[in-house]
Amino acid sequence: MSQTLKGAVSPVLRADLRPFASVAVSAVLWLAAYNLVQPLAQWLTYSALRLGPGTHLGEAVAFFLYDVPKILLLLSGMIFLITVVRTFFSPERTRALLGGRRQGIGNVLAAALGVVTPFCSCSAVPLFIGFVEAGIPLGVTFSFLTAAPVINEVALVMLFGLFGWRVAGLYLASGLTIAILAGLVIGRLNLERHVEDFVWQIHASGGTEMEKLTWADRFSRAWASTREIVAKVWLYVVVGIAVGAGIHGYVPEQALANILGKDTWWSVPAAVLLGVPLYSNAAGIIPVVHALMEKGAALGTVLAFMMAVVGLSLPELIILRRVLKPTLIAVFVTVVAIAIVATGFLFNAVLG
Amino acid sequence: MLSIKVLGSGCANCKRLETRVRKVCADNDLDATIEKVTDYQDIMRWPILSTPGLVINETLVSQGRIPAEAEIARLLKS
Repeated sequence: MSQTLKGAVSPVLRADLRPFASVAVSAVLWLAAYNLVQPLAQWLTYSALRLGPGTHLGEAVAFFLYDVPKILLLLSGMIFLITVVRTFFSPERTRALLGGRRQGIGNVLAAALGVVTPFCSCSAVPLFIGFVEAGIPLGVTFSFLTAAPVINEVALVMLFGLFGWRVAGLYLASGLTIAILAGLVIGRLNLERHVEDFVWQIHASGGTEMEKLTWADRFSRAWASTREIVAKVWLYVVVGIAVGAGIHGYVPEQALANILGKDTWWSVPAAVLLGVPLYSNAAGIIPVVHALMEKGAALGTVLAFMMAVVGLSLPELIILRRVLKPTLIAVFVTVVAIAIVATGFLFNAVLG
Repeated sequence: MLSIKVLGSGCANCKRLETRVRKVCADNDLDATIEKVTDYQDIMRWPILSTPGLVINETLVSQGRIPAEAEIARLLKS
């Protein structure tokens, strides 16, 4: 096979195709591994370790051995795809796309771009200044700055892996809605004077050219950031799944229906209050929350908790304080928190 | 003599870029001054939207990512 390929395809084309070939080989290996996870976990638990099916320990161990490799595989595969998509976007391009947009359509576009534009939270300040300098309205800028952390790619993949595509889709849709609404409200309130004065005095020196990337560049960058993200979260995932497995095996069904069920009205605001200070553990929290849901916690409460964890984080607020006066920070946190609580109530009411 | 600046507020990514730049300079015996710019008003003198940024002889060569060692070496030599 390789002999005929060598003969038939010119060397230039082959160099072009090489990155695709290695991605294709990885995809095949990934699929094989993904399909082996469940039988292997079953075999290890019930045959190799001789734990009885239906026992507390057996259930917990099988759950752990199945979920850990499954989630880690899903994370690496999907983060790779997401980061390849992200190489087509950049903060510069996003700023160009948002320049001159009105409120409304601008907020919708900003929220959508917030999901696909790559940037780390420490870039929030230069981004904010750059956007404001380019004449992008404050409300539109906030839609962007809200969507990016609220819709977290690790959270999205883990929701997909543990809860399925419906819940992941709900999370994505409600995150976008929250970002659009928060930006619209902030835009209406005319808070420009609560931006630190130095921001208005900086004259940013234009934009930089977009780099020209080949597919090989895109794949190697995506691979590098996949490795980085997985290295950062894998331990949280393992610990979270271990705790979740314990809950799955040992806590009786419906035990939590009274505290975290949909009939307890205060559980949604309580979940949001609890979620704000818990930033870095988003990857570890989802498996725990998944196990809690099996025991009677309501989906709306769970989603509200998650969005509070990833969307409103103290470190990011401290960074934003450099460009925003306290009033504007307070307005931002309040508006986003109210939107998250409302989403939680809505899901609890609609999905029952 | 190269003048290198790493732009960033001091988050993990900016520190990693600085470490990597120092390593590349040491590995290639490059004579360079490496400076960290952490003040936003100074950072914004360059056309930058996302940190970390890498400036070589007053020109912004990369932003919003940490280039691989080989890429940094190539940028420093050109």
